[in-house]
Amino acid sequence: MGKNPEFVKFDKVDKSYDGKVLVVKDLQLDIAEGEFITMLGPSGSGKTTCLMMLAGFETPTHGEILLDGNIISNIPPHKRGIGMVFQNYALFPHMTVYENLAFPLRVRKVEKDEIDKKVDKALSMVSLNGFETRMPAQLSGGQQQRVAVARALVFDPAVVLMDEPLGALDKNLRESMQYEIKHIHESIGVTVVYVTHDQSEALTMSNRIAVFNDGKVQQLSDPAELYEKPVNSFVAEFIGENNTFNGEVIDIDKNKCKVKLANSEILANPISVKSKGEKTTVSLRPERALINPTDKMDNMFTGKIEEVIYHGDHTRVRLNLLESSEFILKVPNSTSNLELKVTQDIKIGWNSTDARALDPK
Amino acid sequence: MSSETKQILTTDGIPLEVSLKKAEKKNKIKAFLLVAPLLLFLIITYVFPIGEMFSRSIDDKMITNMLPKTFNEMEKWDGQELPPEEVFAAFYYDFKVLVEKQEHGKLGQRLNKEKNGFNSITKKLFRQVKRKKIDESIGIKEQIMAIHKRWRNVEYWQAIKRTAPPYTMAKYLKGMDMYYAADGSIVQVEEDRRIHRILWLRTLEIALLVTIFCFLMGYPIAHLLATLPMKYSNLLMICVLLPFWTSLLVRTASWMILLQQQGVVNDFFVMIGLVSDDSRPEMMYNKVGTYVAMTQILLPFMVLPLYSVMKTISPSLMRAGKSLGGTPFVAFWKVYFPLTIPGIGAGCLLVFILAIGYYITPALVGGASGTLISNQIAYHMKTTLDWSFASAMGLMLLTGVLVVYWIYNKLVGVDNIKLG
Repeated sequence: MGKNPEFVKFDKVDKSYDGKVLVVKDLQLDIAEGEFITMLGPSGSGKTTCLMMLAGFETPTHGEILLDGNIISNIPPHKRGIGMVFQNYALFPHMTVYENLAFPLRVRKVEKDEIDKKVDKALSMVSLNGFETRMPAQLSGGQQQRVAVARALVFDPAVVLMDEPLGALDKNLRESMQYEIKHIHESIGVTVVYVTHDQSEALTMSNRIAVFNDGKVQQLSDPAELYEKPVNSFVAEFIGENNTFNGEVIDIDKNKCKVKLANSEILANPISVKSKGEKTTVSLRPERALINPTDKMDNMFTGKIEEVIYHGDHTRVRLNLLESSEFILKVPNSTSNLELKVTQDIKIGWNSTDARALDPK
Repeated sequence: MSSETKQILTTDGIPLEVSLKKAEKKNKIKAFLLVAPLLLFLIITYVFPIGEMFSRSIDDKMITNMLPKTFNEMEKWDGQELPPEEVFAAFYYDFKVLVEKQEHGKLGQRLNKEKNGFNSITKKLFRQVKRKKIDESIGIKEQIMAIHKRWRNVEYWQAIKRTAPPYTMAKYLKGMDMYYAADGSIVQVEEDRRIHRILWLRTLEIALLVTIFCFLMGYPIAHLLATLPMKYSNLLMICVLLPFWTSLLVRTASWMILLQQQGVVNDFFVMIGLVSDDSRPEMMYNKVGTYVAMTQILLPFMVLPLYSVMKTISPSLMRAGKSLGGTPFVAFWKVYFPLTIPGIGAGCLLVFILAIGYYITPALVGGASGTLISNQIAYHMKTTLDWSFASAMGLMLLTGVLVVYWIYNKLVGVDNIKLG
């Protein structure tokens, strides 16, 4: 491919605003050329700070950021050639859509004909042809969003940063925009660094996801691995839904361990536990537990239904199981569905490989 | 077509429009009652006094009421040569009534304003009438003419005739250094006596320059206020507002202390060796003092509207401008500045209108070369007691402000003004 796997490189970057607290701690992150990478994390986890350092609006307290092999810490934002889509679009309200898109080209002294061509191309990319003379205030939220994306791409930047660009849109529009941005990325192959706190957005769009918490990257992997194989209890908790059991390891071998809960024992897959006596949090995805399992599963328990919530495509069932009344099951809704009733006792089973024994919460 | 012209009816068969009006009537009455006190207040404190000022500024009824018979007879006189006996007789009888009412002095003063020299000849006439020296059975014209030679001068009679209409624009003309010549045409006063025109131009110049100074100083302050973190911006806001809360008189007086020749500023200049001790510059009782003090006093009126507009401009816009490749200057000039125009408009209009009618500060620190038209108005109200002239100039000032507002509306658009 000839693509640079270290197109953007954060090299041991620290950032502190007040000299007391590190917002970003020893960040080491390589972003490949043409990749769509998402920084995902709760608010205050340092992800937006990383983006701002890359854009040039914040300077790293320590460490270097490299773009295509060049240190960019001393380059002002307007010379970095990085496109950016802001949280609230940041369209210039006193300029038409055309002028907004032409702005980055005009400051680069591009010829008028060339500007027209590029603006036209960028607008057709987001299917907004014919909107050139509109003012931003005359556009709907989704249209403004597309203009913002087109404006960030119109000057062919090497990297495009997106700072929670879909945060202000309603659910349906957000989903369709996710696909649209993903398709644009696939068709022009630009490197995208995307920041969001919405995990489903991150899972849908990205090649790789960096989960941030407490100023550190907790896990950097592709969406499937992130969901299926979280490396610690924060990631497991943050990505998707999760049933957790807190307990102590009482027996361990290579790929199985026995965890003692308050009054019972379960089998789990040892990920971050090494030896007997360690405290652990066992994490299990709700869809991995089955009702009345037919196969032989190594964890089989009986629980009482506490609540049944209808969700359209699936039903969520809250159970009282193993001294916890927060056990969640996801049951797909089909014609052969079981009659689930509150207070009914049901059998639940799961495989120990799906129950990951992680670091204690 | 037919469906468009057909009246839409409600289910009860009442036309929709009628029904709507009925439904909204109550709300309209309520809304009107809510604003009624304000409306009344405005009428009493604004519309009525301005109407009163206007009628006072053009009022010339006093003399019309004093000499009713004279003006009646004068209508037949062509105004070219000395008036006929009837006019003299009518004037005499009018004058006699005034003498009885002891109002002849007022007449003399009023006529003296029209033409110099009337005061003494009406006094002479008064003495003759008082002593009953004028024989009403023979020709009155000859007797009056014998009292003083000016009564034989046709110009004086022409002056009386000019005062006949109950309304006059003379005060407005005077405000523009013009007057009615003897033949009724409008002429300018001699060049060395044109004081009002100088004052108007100076007022305009000072108001304009003060507005510009306020803008130049207020814009960065407002920008800082809008962008600094809360704890600093609060402090800065207090610094901006503190003078605002201090009495105008105190602030002006403190400028007098600062700017006088032995004042703080001059001492400082001498100390750093900028000027020598015996050639301290005069910074007060001239235009400099007016500029400095008025700029400082009016600064908050520029800062506050600018601040309120800048506060609404998202900082991400400047960032967007820079990330798209604009240098900080381009991002400021193409993105930030255009968005602050509504605030600039509001601030400039506010400062200009306040400055053009400013009174206390120029009166105290302006000296002779730094006083404005408002000081002249005050002078005529308090010293010469020529209220009608003061009213006329006040209205001219008001008209000027309205013209500025109109021009501004044409250029920027009043809808674009934002005060907060």
